[in-house]
Amino acid sequence: MYLADRSAPASEGAKTAPGRGSVRAPAVASTVLALGAVSMITDISSEMVTAVLPLYLIAGLGLSPLGFGALDGVYNGVSALVQLTGGHLADRVRNHKLIAGIGYGLSALCKPLLLLAHSLGPISVILTLERTGKGLRTAPRDALISLSTPPELQGRAFGVHRAMDTTGALLGPLAAFLILSVTVDGYDAVFGVSACVAVLGVVVLMLFVPSGGAPAPTPAKAAAKATATTGTAAAGAANATAVPDADRPAPVRLRDALGLLRLPRLRNLAVCAVLLGLTTVSDAFVYLLLQRRTGIGDQWFPLLPLGTAAVFLLLAVPAGALADRIGRRTVFLTGHALLLTGYGLLLWAPAWPALPFLVLALHGMFYAATDGVLPAAVAATVPGELRATGMALVGTGQALARFGCSLAFGGAWTLWGTGPALAAAAAGLLCCAAVAGFVLRPAAPQEARTDSNRTDPKRVRPPR
Amino acid sequence: MTLSNSRRLLVLAVAVLLLGGLAAALVLRSASRDDKPSAGGPTVAAGAVTLTRPGSLAFLNGGQGPHRGAVASVPADAPESGRTASELTCQRFYAAAGTGVCLRSTPGALAQDNKALIVDSELRTLRSFPLAGTPSRARVSPSGRFAAWTVFVSGESYGAAFFSTRTAIVDTRTGKLEANLEEFAIDMDGREHRAQDVNFWGVTFSKDDDTFYATVSTGGETHLVKGSISGRSVKTLAKNVECPSLSPDETRIAYKKRVRAGASLWREHVMDLGTLREHALAEKRSVDDQAAWLDDRTLAYGLPTDGAADSTDLWTVPADGSGTPRLLAPGAASPARLG
Repeated sequence: MYLADRSAPASEGAKTAPGRGSVRAPAVASTVLALGAVSMITDISSEMVTAVLPLYLIAGLGLSPLGFGALDGVYNGVSALVQLTGGHLADRVRNHKLIAGIGYGLSALCKPLLLLAHSLGPISVILTLERTGKGLRTAPRDALISLSTPPELQGRAFGVHRAMDTTGALLGPLAAFLILSVTVDGYDAVFGVSACVAVLGVVVLMLFVPSGGAPAPTPAKAAAKATATTGTAAAGAANATAVPDADRPAPVRLRDALGLLRLPRLRNLAVCAVLLGLTTVSDAFVYLLLQRRTGIGDQWFPLLPLGTAAVFLLLAVPAGALADRIGRRTVFLTGHALLLTGYGLLLWAPAWPALPFLVLALHGMFYAATDGVLPAAVAATVPGELRATGMALVGTGQALARFGCSLAFGGAWTLWGTGPALAAAAAGLLCCAAVAGFVLRPAAPQEARTDSNRTDPKRVRPPR
Repeated sequence: MTLSNSRRLLVLAVAVLLLGGLAAALVLRSASRDDKPSAGGPTVAAGAVTLTRPGSLAFLNGGQGPHRGAVASVPADAPESGRTASELTCQRFYAAAGTGVCLRSTPGALAQDNKALIVDSELRTLRSFPLAGTPSRARVSPSGRFAAWTVFVSGESYGAAFFSTRTAIVDTRTGKLEANLEEFAIDMDGREHRAQDVNFWGVTFSKDDDTFYATVSTGGETHLVKGSISGRSVKTLAKNVECPSLSPDETRIAYKKRVRAGASLWREHVMDLGTLREHALAEKRSVDDQAAWLDDRTLAYGLPTDGAADSTDLWTVPADGSGTPRLLAPGAASPARLG
């Protein structure tokens, strides 16, 4: 990540951060807390369904494993592609809250529909719609978080959001199993309660999240806006002229979205996200490898993701705050180094009793150091008008890369077996991390000039 | 929406009350369902279910009411008569020669608690094995000595395309467990096949207490394999054969065949093991189950109940491709002919 807040002079808007290294804002913006609450509530809702869905489909409806496997693949590919649409739409209509709200609403609508679907076809359609909702809301939500937070506190803000989000993901299954244990075949109750919870999430969004995107003429907004744009100009955009006048928002067009990729720093970030995504083995494989490697009892297998999530939850905020202080690039790369260490342990460590805990801890730390830090870094490079589009570009690139990695890793696993496949992934990750470390190095003043020379300001500036 | 803070909190409180009330009502309705057998459904009475009683049919009772999910039995020649329900509840069940296997998933504190129970003829638990995932298929060998099960393993929610099964075979006498058939050697068309994307499911046993048949998927295709427990090996026989079920005379297998590539649409077929020739059965609906032979001429299988989301009915169809499907038992799953 670029050390936007270090390589640039402290911006006028960032009154709370007089000097670098002593970034201590009193609290996280209320918008971030509100969005965190919305995400937490929504995640409770969706993870309730996720937790019981396999049993419902396989035991309740008698679906075969293969049928369920096909379904799983379908609904995971959807949200990555919809993300771009959601991001661009949000910037275009200048109302991030509206698009995010539609996304949350669509997912909420899908939950009661699950009660009516009895076979694979309709269930696939409903789950695909649910994922569409998730895809629509992701980029505008992250844009809202970043637009409501001064540049030097982005890491912490995203850390808070991700921690709240993960809390919801952990509470969801608890709620679902609680309902199942007090009811008789209470799948309908789980889906119904999940729908109620999802609607509550939408209500909280409508009540407590201010509409973002189009800069409103309120003083607080204007200040936040100024902060964001100054930070952007100093940090990522080619030069100050790349930032349009905040008072005269120009319509955002599809070409501007593509023009974003001409921003060298955003392009570098996207390239690194894709490269690292291509070498990040999907969680499911990590857990399978861990079980094969350590012979963890079958009864513990479903608990492995909870270990990762717990560590992620505990460290998301500290890691985000650390990224704001010592630099997002350092923390982001350290996160990947920790993941690499995890791969190394899986490959070569002797059979310590602590091995599963170590690997899960490293896996959770990897998420804490990267999941919120990446959007924080993206925020520092994209003008406010195109924030959601920028978030979506990097997010989609990363998601598609991870999907590709999953396919490639599956192939390598088939061809070479587990050990060599993981070794190859680790070698790939090492190379990609080295490239990322080089590409994302802090811009020297001279280099920044070169960058600006290379970039045609007209291209990145939204047309007046 | 410009509201004062107190207004917002008021709206939030009202929303919480309304949604909370609705959620509570849903849970309470679902919790009280226990007492209410659905009108017109089969009558079910608690009683002793014995796996050695000749001429009876065992299945999991799926009708609404207090015995939902329980192992139940009816006379095989009068399946519509009142059901006798045991205390044992399972998600998947099978029994032969006085041995039963019950795959059970109960809500745990943090995750599902999945177990395979080996039960004796009085349904008393003899052994219990933890499972890594959601119960899917269960079988017992005709002698009652071996039991097999398949579970679906899913590691996480946001992963990319991923599915994995675990299939285990246990010697119910010694307790010796083959926890993962993927460790068996695979002979594919005469050559040793080594691949890590191998998934096994749907075991069916022969009378000799060594031979078994199962589905193996690898490289995007499903294969019928014939295996040896003692030899820890399997050999491929045919493609596009899932969830085999060996006939009592061991000359044929029934299985589901994917009728359109990539689609989740299966038709039940029967293959002659001598000639590997197959024929479709009269059932035209998509069957996603491991069928069970009631005798050498008749197959039973589950299909989703029309209009009910979480229930299946048992149907039968002649094994020679003639006739028409017939409803065997509404609100039932996991059929096994006893005795």
